[in-house]
Amino acid sequence: MTIEQQIEKELIPILEQVSDPEIPVLSIMDMGVVRTAIIENNKVKIQITPTYSGCPAMDVIGDDIQKALSDAGYQSEIELILAPAWTTDWITPKGRKALEDYGIAAPLDPISDKAALLEDQKIVKCTICGSQNTKLVSQFGSTACKALFKCGDCQEPFDYFKCLK
Amino acid sequence: MKEHLYKYILGIADNSLILGQRLGELCGHGPSLEIDIACTNISLDLFGQTRSYYQYAAKVKGEGATEDDIAFLRREREYVNLLLVEQPNKNFAQTMARQFLFDVYHFLLLQELEKSRDLTLAAIAKKSIKEVSYHLRFSSDWIKRLGDGTEVSHQKIQEAIDALWTYTDELFHQTEADKAMIAEGIGVDLTQFKDEYFEKVAATLEEATLKVPDTKWFQKGGKQGIHTEHLGYLLSDLQYMQRTYPNMEW
Repeated sequence: MTIEQQIEKELIPILEQVSDPEIPVLSIMDMGVVRTAIIENNKVKIQITPTYSGCPAMDVIGDDIQKALSDAGYQSEIELILAPAWTTDWITPKGRKALEDYGIAAPLDPISDKAALLEDQKIVKCTICGSQNTKLVSQFGSTACKALFKCGDCQEPFDYFKCLK
Repeated sequence: MKEHLYKYILGIADNSLILGQRLGELCGHGPSLEIDIACTNISLDLFGQTRSYYQYAAKVKGEGATEDDIAFLRREREYVNLLLVEQPNKNFAQTMARQFLFDVYHFLLLQELEKSRDLTLAAIAKKSIKEVSYHLRFSSDWIKRLGDGTEVSHQKIQEAIDALWTYTDELFHQTEADKAMIAEGIGVDLTQFKDEYFEKVAATLEEATLKVPDTKWFQKGGKQGIHTEHLGYLLSDLQYMQRTYPNMEW
């Protein structure tokens, strides 16, 4: 958790049930998109921040949060905020593990990320066989947040979650 | 002040809308699957940024304006995007040359806008620049690959750069709204990074074994709403649904 985040304890289990519609193994809490969740006069006020400006999942995430909270007996109000801007640093260690298990390589740090995307160094590990003999196919993958890689050993393609800082 | 701020926001946002639309045209038509996906990803980023700007512009304007009205219901002369971004895709070299010439500018602009006294604009800039640095890397790579590629790819990308160069001077023209917003500490003084822009572009072109064109005559007008013939066709596509089914939502 980062300093700016402010989430009431009793809401955490509810919010953990909501997942990213494009990466279903990742809860929005592990993703770090929920910035505040506070209860005021029996109403939950939530602030979420998009991963990418054009992320089409944000509307769905907002609806899913409202539904989860209403199932738990809360009324809620959702606000989309832009500052501070989301970074891949906010993905929790549990979230990173979930990504890897799902077959998406977790983001590296910005310097390694650049080296990997410029193909200077082979450092992105294949999520299937673990080989580092991998090659960037495209900087833009199936969603805005991912790049597409291919493994030179097992020959399988896989996604890499791009570092965003 | 309000009127100037509104126009200032559009001056930045319209570029993202129109370029996003141009790139979106490649959806399902890209030269290869990876490029198709990359171009539409960039398009999506630009549309996302446009939405943030237009939501803010609608708030500034008041009078019940919405982001959709601003995007879909203006007339051609009311769009203040750069002539560069409305130029058609024509071929892949032209698409990448247009993207590269805009991305370098976009990145430098956002770098300054991050420091704006207007907190909403600064927040949008801080968010967008992370995405734009990926766009810039993508288009720069392609300039180098095409320029330093085969004889044919070299020739095509040089032709595209030559053809679009005439639109680069306009990037740095300042409107009344620009001047008013610079005075308020909100807007970016474009002349500040003009030299840096041309240096950066020249450095990449050199690396790509390409020549900087010696164009002497430059086109202008987009920022005043006077566009090339291409914008009208683009808008008729973009606005089709709202014009045919007014007030539709989805």
